[in-house]
Amino acid sequence: MNNSVEVAGLVVRRGGTTVLPGLDLAITAGSITGLLGPSGSGKTTLIRCIAGVQAVRSGTVTVLGEPAGSAANRARVGYVTQASSVYPDLTIEQNLRFFADLAGAEHDRIAEVLDAVDLAAHRRSLADNLSGGQRTRVSLAAALVADPQVYLLDEPTVGLDPALRRDLWHLFADLAHDGATLLVSSHVMDEAARCDRVLLLREGRLIADATPQGLRADAGTDDLDEAFLRIAERKAA
Amino acid sequence: MTRTFAMTRRVLQQLSHDPRSIVLILAMPSVLLLVFRYVYDSQPQIFDRIGPQMIGLFPFVIMFLVTSVTMVRERTSGTLERLLTTPLARGELIGGYALAFAVAALAQAALTTAFALGVLNLDIALPWALLAFAVLGAVVGTALGLLASAFARTEFQAVQFMPLVIVPQILLCGLLIARDQMPDVLYGLSWSLPLSYATDAFTELATSDAFSSDLLVDLLALVGFALAAILGASLTLRRRSA
Repeated sequence: MNNSVEVAGLVVRRGGTTVLPGLDLAITAGSITGLLGPSGSGKTTLIRCIAGVQAVRSGTVTVLGEPAGSAANRARVGYVTQASSVYPDLTIEQNLRFFADLAGAEHDRIAEVLDAVDLAAHRRSLADNLSGGQRTRVSLAAALVADPQVYLLDEPTVGLDPALRRDLWHLFADLAHDGATLLVSSHVMDEAARCDRVLLLREGRLIADATPQGLRADAGTDDLDEAFLRIAERKAA
Repeated sequence: MTRTFAMTRRVLQQLSHDPRSIVLILAMPSVLLLVFRYVYDSQPQIFDRIGPQMIGLFPFVIMFLVTSVTMVRERTSGTLERLLTTPLARGELIGGYALAFAVAALAQAALTTAFALGVLNLDIALPWALLAFAVLGAVVGTALGLLASAFARTEFQAVQFMPLVIVPQILLCGLLIARDQMPDVLYGLSWSLPLSYATDAFTELATSDAFSSDLLVDLLALVGFALAAILGASLTLRRRSA
């Protein structure tokens, strides 16, 4: 099977407005797919659909050949929400141990993951006492301990300094190299350059699905920000 | 089962980082009982009658509050949504919570019972039954707290469920006046409330020196309420939300 995620005719309404009016897309296994678009374009809603926690009006979302959110998929899909969702009143290590136990993962993995997100020195600190960027990484680490096949990462690099962002993108590349599928949302266009494929979302519609090179060529500019604007304007016209 | 215990350990670890809450949970019922004891200083026979009922009431109320607020905090912090994307089953989530607070309730009830018997000289023939009912009352409080939290969006709302869920039970449970002396409608209603069975049991324990069949009925009723509330809490927990 070549696609890890397949979305067909997905319609989602929230609070009386249609967030996703009918989306079709596929995400290739073992790759990094960037989900880009302005805030309010439906990125988080789409990720929640794939995680299986979003109430859906119609359409299907299939992950690894099974419906999104099925018991089998909950063991194979790691979802990291935009706001760090770990327990502020537990230490980093206690947080990771808890999520490892839920996934049935070995405790050896906790030390590896702490190194991967560069938090080993803080493992006995309460999550509450960490900086925003550190807490974001704890939240990511809580997904890493479960060693999922599909990662759904909602704006994982927001608020991180450039060096950390680079390190995390290296980590994402390693995960994809080892066979994992990553869907990474961002509203920073320059992060698109680090993805194998880019999905551009605007007002719940897919306005582009291409490689970063393809986007640049299509829009006739090397600047990805400019490329997004040109494509968006062309679609609106 | 592993995941249920992982939930339980996590909740207790969170509690262990909050010493003030531990002191409040463990010591508050004893302090309140002490006040009660001296309010009725001139009539110790009243304390002998009401004291056991208070031992049942305090853990019930405290655990209801602690549980509903903790659960709402889980909901608003985004960790609940994350938990619902993991292999953790809803029954394991709720069961893990119930077990954690049952452990806290056991410590609380043991301390309160020991204090009442040892320091306040409460005269009870069946201290172990008293302890068992106090724990059971706390577990019912926890279970109701889990259920109530499903209907609260914020911690502020959760706290306000206390007057809604707890106060009517205190009014109707037989603490203020024997239940059969109330109007028929209220008497009938009181049979549907768990605190009535707890109060019946503690009233009986104040005077009884053997474990009667009435006590067994109260025990089974409380277990039934706890299980029903836990089941209800699991069913009201929705994996998908709008």
